[in-house]
Amino acid sequence: MPSADELQGRIEEALPGAEVHVTDTTGGGDHFRAEIVSERFEGLTRIQQHKLIYDVFGDEVGGAIHALSIKTQTPSPAGDGR
Amino acid sequence: MTNDEIKGFIENAIKENRVMLFMKGTPQQPACGFSMRASGALNTLGVKYAALDILPDQRIREELSAVSGWPTIPQLFVDGELVGGSDIVMEMFESGELAELLGVQQPALPEEPSAAEQPVQQRPIGLENRLG
Repeated sequence: MPSADELQGRIEEALPGAEVHVTDTTGGGDHFRAEIVSERFEGLTRIQQHKLIYDVFGDEVGGAIHALSIKTQTPSPAGDGR
Repeated sequence: MTNDEIKGFIENAIKENRVMLFMKGTPQQPACGFSMRASGALNTLGVKYAALDILPDQRIREELSAVSGWPTIPQLFVDGELVGGSDIVMEMFESGELAELLGVQQPALPEEPSAAEQPVQQRPIGLENRLG
């Protein structure tokens, strides 16, 4: 069963320099929320940003990781269109 | 039905419905909190959309993810393009981008929850149920 720390470590490894925060939303080890701030997201659409994260886990999303909720941001505070 | 037929059905559904939602369960009876939020956002915006329940056959989900390259459910398509899953749909709903994309008026958002002013139809959006 994956842990929030494990997921966080794997995202950090895949996106060096990213600020990553993963929580286990139900405590059950299968529903997670990941918030990621990374320069890698610059110039990418939201779809592309989220895919970068999904790609870290491949088939595990939908398998052992039942649900992975993602929020991506770029470091520039006004750069996310919000 | 063969896998190819399922794939063809999915591609056709995306092409023929301007707003197409693939979800677990139905808009009337969503089977997952994430699907519920996505369909709830569309309900609140009052747009006409087609919805397909992916649960009856596991191959629907497999073929859909092969078509879209997106691993999770729900998946919202507008004008034949993948818009996103529930996180992106909700972000775009809250920012007004979804209303803009769909060409509808953004409803007043319950940012300052006021029981008196809150329309009944926004109820699905307020649910915090994250269980899938």
